[in-house]
Amino acid sequence: MGRMHRILTVTAAMAVVCGVTGLVAYGDGPQHELPAPADGHSKVVGLCDGKTSVTVPGVAPGERMDATTARKVADELMGKYDEGLQLAHGGSEHTQRETRVWEAELKRTIDEGYKWFHSNELGTNGISCDMCHPDASNTHPESYPKFQTQLKQVALLRDMINWCIENPLEGPKLAGDDPKMKALEAYILSTRKGVALEPGKH
Amino acid sequence: MAKYTLPKERAWQQYLTERDGLFRTLPRMSRREFFRSAARAAAAATVAWNGIPPHSFQLVNVAEAKETPPKFTFAYVSDSHILDKGMNHRFIRACQKAVEDVNALDPQPDFVLFGGDLAQLGKPEELTIGQGILKTLKAPVRMMVGEHDWYLDLGEKWREMFGEPTYSFDHKGVHFVVLNSVIVEDYWTEPKMTPMERMLAMAQLDNPHGRPFTVGEAQRDWLKKDLAKVSKKTPIIVFSHSPLYKYYRPWNFWTDDAEAVQQLLAPFDTVTVIHAHTHQPLTNRIKNITFHGVLSTAWPWPYAPKGLPALTVQMVRADPFNQFDGCGWGSVTALESGQVNKHYALWDRNPMDVTFERVSQGPKGEAEQAAQFKGNVSWPSY
Repeated sequence: MGRMHRILTVTAAMAVVCGVTGLVAYGDGPQHELPAPADGHSKVVGLCDGKTSVTVPGVAPGERMDATTARKVADELMGKYDEGLQLAHGGSEHTQRETRVWEAELKRTIDEGYKWFHSNELGTNGISCDMCHPDASNTHPESYPKFQTQLKQVALLRDMINWCIENPLEGPKLAGDDPKMKALEAYILSTRKGVALEPGKH
Repeated sequence: MAKYTLPKERAWQQYLTERDGLFRTLPRMSRREFFRSAARAAAAATVAWNGIPPHSFQLVNVAEAKETPPKFTFAYVSDSHILDKGMNHRFIRACQKAVEDVNALDPQPDFVLFGGDLAQLGKPEELTIGQGILKTLKAPVRMMVGEHDWYLDLGEKWREMFGEPTYSFDHKGVHFVVLNSVIVEDYWTEPKMTPMERMLAMAQLDNPHGRPFTVGEAQRDWLKKDLAKVSKKTPIIVFSHSPLYKYYRPWNFWTDDAEAVQQLLAPFDTVTVIHAHTHQPLTNRIKNITFHGVLSTAWPWPYAPKGLPALTVQMVRADPFNQFDGCGWGSVTALESGQVNKHYALWDRNPMDVTFERVSQGPKGEAEQAAQFKGNVSWPSY
């Protein structure tokens, strides 16, 4: 396991949402290896740091905790959490290598989004996003979520992207976790760096 | 004030002349002009005018209407960007819609200008479909070329179908010049780009590697020779796809040799440029030249982040849920003075009129712009 892989793995583990189940069930993402329960049979709950865990006596694995117990478990986990380990390597600054990796990966996704934004293959009728939105102008991603009258519901940026793909582009809409959708959002958002968020702006 | 009387006969002749003048002008006078001139007449009633005691028919002299009566009108349909994806494609239907609207005009315009970008990817099928639709226009058509028509085969098919892209003609005392103002420096030969690669590169408005549009030296020479035969008093109207001024370079809302072209037009009293490519209402004035953009039938471009001419009153942003919003066709009325009034026939919106009188008043302040905005919103708002 190369150093890079280790850094990435631990970094990825840090990024996992702090959930009470402690299980990372997202594709091939890293797993938190939970220890056996202290009393041999109760539920074990892991923290998002990939290390800390508590046994919850009286609750079976897979059983849902009531609000009070869940609150106690969360408090105990946070109490045990060593904040010094928040960064991938114990409190030191981001390394140049890390920064380069993050920027390179982000740039790759944004460039991918640029490609799809300018591609007539998202739809079936030869129209591409840049025809109405050169340089992603007039996409105003900072104004979402907002109630979109014509859709009769609150829309996120991805809902408008899908509406455009289905209507003016006459193409199939994209799933929320479709790499094309993520790339498109990444590109559109990147063009509005520094612009204040204004959800609901019409 | 000394009382002055002309010999009776001369006074009577003067009176008759002025009365005839009034009756000739009254039908063509707008309501606004009438009230304005009436106000002036009331003021002038207290002052001796040209030594002749003021009387009611001096309304004609006092009117001083800046807007001269219209001479003729031509319509335009532009930027249809036709794709060969079935006759139900929105771009084809929009082009047909514009043609229907122009055909419904009564009286018919003297001719119809097609402003360029008939095809989207310059394909023969696209050009043929477009030509077929334009053939159903009742009025005669004058064609102009855009980059989308040109760069698949460098104009081979266009010339075959529509003739030379650069030409001039005279109509009712106005000299018209039609240019191919989308000439760009060759950047495709060296990397051995295929025709379609070249076309797709030219088709991308925000292409970061794009080269600027020009009219080019050859055409400027042609223009110089063409204009040499024209009197400086003759009104000139230039049809150009690119704007013939510099608005926003990243989207090629730009003509790189604009100053050189404007220089050739400088000696003329009244010059108007009608340009396409920008798919939005646009007004500019540089020295003696007024510039008007035309609408696209296919889709509207947003206004560029900078470089917008101060004279332009922007149309409110198009509603994406309405495929025809922000699009349309239009017309140009040539006045006796040689200047023009511009009419934008926006679909699903109030039309926009940019008169020469309005242009000569200069850019409006923010409050006035906002007020003019209000009449131009599409519904429902979003």
